[in-house]
Amino acid sequence: MNGKGMIGDPLTRVDGPLKVMGRATYAAEFEVPGVAYGVMVRSTIPSGTIASIDSTVARRMPGVLLVMTHENAPRLPAKGRAAVKPPAGREMSLLQDAAVRYNGEPIAVVVAATLEQATDAAAHLDIRYRAADAVLDFDQAKKDPKPAKMLRGPAEKKWGDAQSALERADVKVDAVYTTPMEHHNPMEPHGTIAEWKGSELTLYDATQYVSGAKETVAKTLGIPPEKVRVVCPFVGGGFGCKGSAWSHVTLAAMAARKAGRPVKLVLERPQMYGPVGGRPQTEQHIVLGAMRDGRIVALRHEVLSHTSVFEDFTEPSTQPTRALYAWPNGDTVQKLAKMNVGTPTFQRAPGEATGTFAIESAIDELAYELGMDPLELRLRNHADVEPSSGKPWSSKKLRECYEDGARRFGWSRRSARPGSMRDGRWLVGWGVATATYPAHRMEAKAVAIMNADGTFTVRSGTQDLGTGTYTICSQIAAETLGVPVQKVRFELGDTRFPKAPVSGGSMTAASVGPAVRAACLALREKIDAGGKAPLQAEGSAKPPAEDEEKKTHAERSFGALFGEVRVDPELGILRVPRVVATYSVGRILNAKTAASQFQGGIVWGLGMALMEESILDRRTGRIVNANLAEYHVPVNADIGSIEVAWVDENDTGFNDIGARGIGEIGITGVAGMVANAVFHATGKRVRSLPITLDKLL
Amino acid sequence: MRSFEYTSARSVDEALAGIGPDAKFLAGGTNLVDLMKGDVEKPARLVDISALPLTDIAATPAGGVRIGAMVRNSDCASHPLIRERYPLLSQALLAGASPQLRNMASTGGNLMQRTRCYYFYDTAFDRCNKRVPGSGCAALEGYNRIHAILGASNQCVATHPSDMAVALAALDAMVEVLGRSGARRIPATQFHRLPGDTPHLDTNIEPDELIVAVELPPNGFAQRSHYLKVRDRASYAFALVSVAAALEMDGNTVRTARIAMGGVAHKPWRAMEAESALVGRRLDAAAIERAADASVSGARPLHDNAFKVALAKRSVARALEVAGGAA
Amino acid sequence: MSRDSHDPPSEARRRFVLGTGALGASLGAIDALGAPKDAGNNALAPEATHRVRFRLNGETRELALDPRVTLLDALRERLRMTGTKKGCDRGQCGACTVLVDGRRVNSCLTLAVTLEGKEVTTIEGLSRGGAAHPAQVAFLERDAFQCGYCTPGQIMSCVALVDEYRHGMPSYVSRDVRPGAAIALTDDEIRERMSGNICRCGAYVNIVAAVRDVAGGGKA
Repeated sequence: MNGKGMIGDPLTRVDGPLKVMGRATYAAEFEVPGVAYGVMVRSTIPSGTIASIDSTVARRMPGVLLVMTHENAPRLPAKGRAAVKPPAGREMSLLQDAAVRYNGEPIAVVVAATLEQATDAAAHLDIRYRAADAVLDFDQAKKDPKPAKMLRGPAEKKWGDAQSALERADVKVDAVYTTPMEHHNPMEPHGTIAEWKGSELTLYDATQYVSGAKETVAKTLGIPPEKVRVVCPFVGGGFGCKGSAWSHVTLAAMAARKAGRPVKLVLERPQMYGPVGGRPQTEQHIVLGAMRDGRIVALRHEVLSHTSVFEDFTEPSTQPTRALYAWPNGDTVQKLAKMNVGTPTFQRAPGEATGTFAIESAIDELAYELGMDPLELRLRNHADVEPSSGKPWSSKKLRECYEDGARRFGWSRRSARPGSMRDGRWLVGWGVATATYPAHRMEAKAVAIMNADGTFTVRSGTQDLGTGTYTICSQIAAETLGVPVQKVRFELGDTRFPKAPVSGGSMTAASVGPAVRAACLALREKIDAGGKAPLQAEGSAKPPAEDEEKKTHAERSFGALFGEVRVDPELGILRVPRVVATYSVGRILNAKTAASQFQGGIVWGLGMALMEESILDRRTGRIVNANLAEYHVPVNADIGSIEVAWVDENDTGFNDIGARGIGEIGITGVAGMVANAVFHATGKRVRSLPITLDKLL
Repeated sequence: MRSFEYTSARSVDEALAGIGPDAKFLAGGTNLVDLMKGDVEKPARLVDISALPLTDIAATPAGGVRIGAMVRNSDCASHPLIRERYPLLSQALLAGASPQLRNMASTGGNLMQRTRCYYFYDTAFDRCNKRVPGSGCAALEGYNRIHAILGASNQCVATHPSDMAVALAALDAMVEVLGRSGARRIPATQFHRLPGDTPHLDTNIEPDELIVAVELPPNGFAQRSHYLKVRDRASYAFALVSVAAALEMDGNTVRTARIAMGGVAHKPWRAMEAESALVGRRLDAAAIERAADASVSGARPLHDNAFKVALAKRSVARALEVAGGAA
Repeated sequence: MSRDSHDPPSEARRRFVLGTGALGASLGAIDALGAPKDAGNNALAPEATHRVRFRLNGETRELALDPRVTLLDALRERLRMTGTKKGCDRGQCGACTVLVDGRRVNSCLTLAVTLEGKEVTTIEGLSRGGAAHPAQVAFLERDAFQCGYCTPGQIMSCVALVDEYRHGMPSYVSRDVRPGAAIALTDDEIRERMSGNICRCGAYVNIVAAVRDVAGGGKA
């Protein structure tokens, strides 16, 4: 197509033709003979027990094959909790008892010959509850905070002596920032087709983690993992909500077993608010202390976020705090408030998206307190080493990002006083923020095959959720093998392929890329030694130290964000016509798909800044806007110009392809940048997201 | 979705013969099919009227225009007669929904669409006087950011979501309906009801009546009208507040003014007081401000929608400015 | 310093993608499955009471259906044509966009029994005889998609948009809706006209570029 297909080239996606033709097969689209349709039924109270489910009418309706409830669902080992190991193995709702823990919790599955029959029957269950008290008010729940547990690192981290440093500081900023509950809303609803053939189970599942889904379901059902196969060549967006195998996956398998037919269970859009995770709300208290010359001497960052009453999940908003600026004294704390809602989960840039909103806003407030340009303040506090640990960076080119972004944006033309820039009716504001995301990688395996016809097939059990995995792995393979990319076919999304980690944490390229390279190098060796097709070689790659503490370097990506907002001061309308960003993310593997990833992340950031919010009805605990008409994600008209770039960088200290991963960094910093630009335009500091017009009127 | 019997009417008579208490007319389906999927509407019979010969837009002898009830919203918005003589209506239609939905939705169906109140739309909420008379109003003490500030009652605080209806109210349109007992004309401003103590009734059309056309009288607004829609994102969203403003001027003086608001009440809200405040006056900033103030007179904000009062006022002012050519 | 980059539309755009790249080869394999047929899943369903006859991508179809079946589900579950996607099923996202009698609509809110005598075009029907539609080529080359799930709906909307624009249809952002007032297809016009298709991957910038290509504006 275009570009030779070497690493870095803007090669058009190799899976693109299938997608534009409508021929890419997603989970619910696999043809499975004899499939029946399962529909999930959910509770309508937030806490208590199911007193009775009367399915008499439903069971007699046309085409109905099964009504599965806690009364007749297969009994699972350990009451369905065999795979529970938060946050990887979730606490699920598998109809093992009558408990109801949140409004919208799965409590039954109805299976029928057609979707229409199943949906209708599902509406004919007569369900009675015994309601119990529910915790539905965050402001109440936070009065009894629980200790948090982070996925990486401790929930409390102190370095230096923040208390004393704050006392010595010339200038302080002390503010509370809040972000709301959100839901991922990928375009493809979650769905699973479960097919049993004897004791073997195949799951066509919309997932970011085929091997995780396999292990979870196998363990939960109490069957050997080798009896389970998960297939997912294409997933229609995940953003974190398809990283765990949620209740519907195992429920589909249970229903299929019980009904004696394959079952396709696809969630309706409203069912994606609660049972499959979302981002919890956060309340973040930041205290910053600085000297007159702009050096920040200390910061304290306390975060409260909510979780469910039955599983702890922590949104790690203090994670970026430990890395962003050169503050010599820091004190970060995370706590949880338990509520009768669905368990939150990883949502694009967990912790980094929310933490950077608070930090970047606070830094901006400090800049105004000091009378200093906000970009200058950031440069002055640039972290040359990781502040919380003192470790050097594996590679960091943030200064170049600030310089490049500022130049392309025209930052030097900014007039500092809030409200000083106008265009007719519009107030104009320019804001800056730093973007950041940690670099992760995990062990991955791949296999490279030379076919008799001279083509090559490379496989890994990884995922492509629009991230470009098919394409970059094809490029890595082609370059390593020394063949044109057209000769390479990369396959993924099948647990029959060599194991790869979750496509989450922006780590697929950094994990699978080196494994692909290793497999292709091993194949080349065999070819050079005289091997003839068909020939195959395996390869794997793993990070030297998986444990954060043992690493010698801090591995993190950064970026500089500049944006222009326009505010109509009379009507409160806020628009973001222009965003310019430059990133330091290690090596870019494909210029075309990388640009798309950055832009997509920024669009997510704009959604977070301007409009996204899941609203909980305080009396019933039901999310009132559980649909795409009222839960607002950006539409095309919300998005203006987004110009992204990156610095040349090759982080071979991190892995041998030099790439750190880019899936999530795009969202970070955006909400802070928007809030900062809004302040610059209006003089109003909005500390709670989303920045809706009622906050600007 | 419940099972239903489906028939397609080939004539208006057939349609009227087919309607009954357990039946609904199916036009574009953009609201009815959505509500049926949510089990909010559960008709046992659907009478498809999309093939009825109600698809014309034609000038009337009086110099107005008659729009058939089955004219699709997009066709109405782009019709030369509408764009020429009633650009306000065209703009209002184009502000609604999405291109796909506008291609499907009909004039009649747009009038009949139901509220987007969360507590009405999701049947898991058991307190909704509109769905279940006498059960209560969950929005009153619930999250009511998108709800009414005018004309509400303690039984219902829902708003009507249509943009088209706001323009029709401003333009003094007439809705022609046909029932078994004959034809009648209902002014657009009286087509939708206030909730009062009958929130289960959205409109003043009888269950066995069919909208056949909407007629617009001639007017002099084409040069000076504007539809302003303010919402939480730039497109594909319902109005927080919308305004249809239209003016006829004698030089600098207002001869006729029409101001109708959407997103603020159970029906499009004609701000008559505000209109009177403008007539005979110069259209200057002071007059616009007075009219804007008057447009929200009697407003009663709820816990989460107090901002709508200021927003409505300022939106009226803005729409008048743009309509008057000042903006 | 690298920049976001894309290649200019290739001259061989109509030659397209069959056989280019190993995944393209699988296209041929799918074609070999043969024309989609009525799965007959609901043959025994007592509600399959309505016969409806319509044209689908140029071929006549006759189905016996439960009146509750939407065009979207008829395509995906009965006819095995899964190119049209279900995103929300309630007319709130546009992923299910198809053309009916040449106009874009949400197939999730279209009851299949209302299609008597109509002409339906889906993403599968856009490419004729193996040659890709210019809209498909433009989306591919501009990388106007990521996960691909909203993509068929976006492309169908793009095709309709160009048609609507050429017929003089105004939009909410058009300065003057009166006939005679010229409407330029600016970026803002494209954005508004494509706002009925949500893309959660956020490919909007490239979608606008692709639509501009198709509308004949070339690169801005």
